[in-house]
Amino acid sequence: MPSCDAIVIGGGINGLAAAGRLALSGAKVTLLETAPELGGMATLAHLCMGLDPRLEKSLALADHGLVWAERNVSSTALSPDGNHIVLKGAFAETVEGSLSAEDRRAWTSLRDTLLRNAALLAPFKAMPPPRLARDHGTPLLDLLRNGLALRRMGRDNLREFLRLMLINVADVLDDELADDRLKGLIAFDTVLGHHAGPRSPNSLLGLYHRISSEVNGQQGAIALPRGGVAAVIAALAGAVRARGVTIQTGARVKAITAEDDRVQSVTLESGEIFTTSLVVSALHPATTLLSLVGAPVLDTGVVRNVRNIKSRGSTAKLTLTLQGKPDFHGADLRSRLVIAPSVRAVEEAFNAVKYGAFSEAPVMELLLPQAFSTEPDLGRHTLSALVQFAPHDLRMGWVKGKPAFLKAIMKQLEHFAPGIGKQVIAADLLTPHDIAQHFGAPGGQWHHAELSVEQMLFLRPGVGLAQYATPVRGLYLASAAMHPGGGVNGSAGWNAAGHALAKGGAA
Amino acid sequence: MKNAQLHFRQPLQTTPFHAHTSAANKLNAWAPWAGYTTALNFGDETMEYTALRNQAGLYDLSPMVKYEISGPDAVRYLSRLTLRDVAKLAPGHVHYTAWCDDEGKLIDDGTLFHLPDGRFRLCCQERHLPWLMDSAIGFDVRVRDESEAVAALSLQGPCAYAVLARAGFADAKSLKPFQLAEYRLGKSGKVMISRTGFTADLGYELWTSPDKALELWDVLMEKGALHGLRPIGTTALNMARIEAGFMIANMDFVSATTALRPDRTRSPFDMALDWMIDFNKGPFNGRAALKREREAASTQWAFVGLDIDGNVEAEHALVYDNKKHEVGHITAALWSPTTKRNIALAMLRRPYHAEKSGNLWVEIYALRELEYHKLMVKAAVVPRQFFNPARRRATPPGMM
Repeated sequence: MPSCDAIVIGGGINGLAAAGRLALSGAKVTLLETAPELGGMATLAHLCMGLDPRLEKSLALADHGLVWAERNVSSTALSPDGNHIVLKGAFAETVEGSLSAEDRRAWTSLRDTLLRNAALLAPFKAMPPPRLARDHGTPLLDLLRNGLALRRMGRDNLREFLRLMLINVADVLDDELADDRLKGLIAFDTVLGHHAGPRSPNSLLGLYHRISSEVNGQQGAIALPRGGVAAVIAALAGAVRARGVTIQTGARVKAITAEDDRVQSVTLESGEIFTTSLVVSALHPATTLLSLVGAPVLDTGVVRNVRNIKSRGSTAKLTLTLQGKPDFHGADLRSRLVIAPSVRAVEEAFNAVKYGAFSEAPVMELLLPQAFSTEPDLGRHTLSALVQFAPHDLRMGWVKGKPAFLKAIMKQLEHFAPGIGKQVIAADLLTPHDIAQHFGAPGGQWHHAELSVEQMLFLRPGVGLAQYATPVRGLYLASAAMHPGGGVNGSAGWNAAGHALAKGGAA
Repeated sequence: MKNAQLHFRQPLQTTPFHAHTSAANKLNAWAPWAGYTTALNFGDETMEYTALRNQAGLYDLSPMVKYEISGPDAVRYLSRLTLRDVAKLAPGHVHYTAWCDDEGKLIDDGTLFHLPDGRFRLCCQERHLPWLMDSAIGFDVRVRDESEAVAALSLQGPCAYAVLARAGFADAKSLKPFQLAEYRLGKSGKVMISRTGFTADLGYELWTSPDKALELWDVLMEKGALHGLRPIGTTALNMARIEAGFMIANMDFVSATTALRPDRTRSPFDMALDWMIDFNKGPFNGRAALKREREAASTQWAFVGLDIDGNVEAEHALVYDNKKHEVGHITAALWSPTTKRNIALAMLRRPYHAEKSGNLWVEIYALRELEYHKLMVKAAVVPRQFFNPARRRATPPGMM
């Protein structure tokens, strides 16, 4: 029976980040991943926003092959008539194209406000969330320091910060801007990956989450690693291996066994048993606690809280193989292409999922990785698309619904790139239901637990589970469902491992 | 009722015995209990109490909340739900139990029946279906609210067995306390009889289907007449339960599911129910919290009996140390006619229940012709079972 200091379950970015941090402390770590490949849900992403600098530096990812193909990917708000605008620099520092002088001024001012407010929230992401209850190790000093930063911003800015805190993004955009393309793109970015429309309450928090992080020291930037997000995973895997982590792929965990409320062992489907006193699971908390530990071992209140975690995924992933380059009315393909013609279009696309339907006119983000490559054009191009919105549970059922949804997406694409349908050689669509099945993430939600205000900070992912620890001593949660949420950043995993170490690991 | 949406027009249901209880209720003294109309008293409440303690009383128990638990995992499920080890509860037996939330605070107490066919019946004061259903996640069990499907009577008092024997249930003689068995009722009916009750005296509870309810009532009342059997209401029963020292959720402690103030919940240690806790049976709700409480000896309250000077009932009175320092309150009080003592159940802050219990005083507001007279009366901590006769346990039972 093999034994090790720590077992990490799940080889996605958070599992790898947790394994890395544990290994840095000198622990003998084994990482178990069900799939034959590492990466988990990060393989769905095609861009990188806010790779946690702590793990990038501590694990020296650059030494393990992480190279940025583009540190500042521009965004193009596509227009069906070719009248695109291109947003360049981190979080649209400049806008190219036909935008009114008024909107340019207004955007500069709004951008400053949003970045300033988001920056104030960034430090909260790097610490365990505070708890309201006493005696839970709330990091009071950090909290005080971050709170003081709020105080120091001055009365007017603080008032503005508080006014915008729980507002919806549509109201902010309608207040400040006139251009539908710009507003549509910001609205799209705000709700990308979330189960929310621009007019959903508190939707602006989604944007804050997105632009509070940084890549290469640039807040709000979008970066493309050379080789795509897979290269980040490969570098991370190389880095943790170099620090002694044993990685087993194709190793599906069947059970986490606890005795007397303390972790004892991890059993694989194959029957192999690892004895350990520290388990860090990057799987969805419901999978970890209800399936692997088992509801009967836990108190009913915990079971209730875990089952109440909202995990509605509403983003689909489409990969098209195209014959030749697509033409979006002349748009520069070395850019993130966004189809989100207006706030209203994004909101209406979201309306569908409320009623168990997919959007007939979906909004989406498109990326052609080859456009960023210096390799010769061999004629075939891959178009990677994140498409919103589609529900996990489609009323008509996904067997019938999937071809219909693909048709709706292609119709929308055709509108912006006439003739693209004829270029398609292969189409691979992953609905939220497919994503849930494929990655074992209930609901197929990107952040495992929806990142909405009632599931943030000390309420993330649910009551009583906020600080990575579980009722089973020695078992910690490192999933995207944990604070500060998902994305290709590894922050939740890094925080979880840090918290486990601070708590004495298995003790 | 034809239209379920019009349920509000009849806020209280009637029990399967209502045709008889309403005919017997000369004073029309009714009170709601768990959504049912129930008799407070039928005539003179003192006579009903006297019958209960000296002859026998018949009490309509139907509104009691009842859950049926069945399925392959029923034992494991109930052991996780409640404090005791249900694997030790054989078919044909009943045990008194309680259950807690994650924080180890009491949700309710009740009786768990292991029926001869393997099913379980959990009887309690409050409704808990959502908690029971959520607790069933991960178990192969079926939980059903059978409150409306079972009609029940409580037959209590020194003549209880004599009435049973005369009514055709002489075989119940072999039942020891906390045992149960099934008997025939008339030609086609069945009745389950358990030697259980809420009076600390010889007594039985009889369980049957609603369509046999009136037949069961008739045969008991007819055969019991010579033994002085009377229908009794909740007032008389409550007097008996205070003498017995039994607690009721939301009267003697606030259920953790309904408590709003964080300091109102009570643990089994607070309520002197810690004898139930089986820490070695495996996981159960509140185990970690209760272990912490035990190890830290952090229990704050003690549920005790008080013997109070004088004869003025101390309902809801505050309890003081040295007449000055407030140390607790009374949850139920009674001038006990049987024991001839002024008794109470009280919640005291530790250690005023034991080491520092020597100087306790109770502040009673006695209402005398529209004016309160404030009395400060000496009290002593005593065992909660004020009334505990040997006949309660005797098997075979007495034939008074």
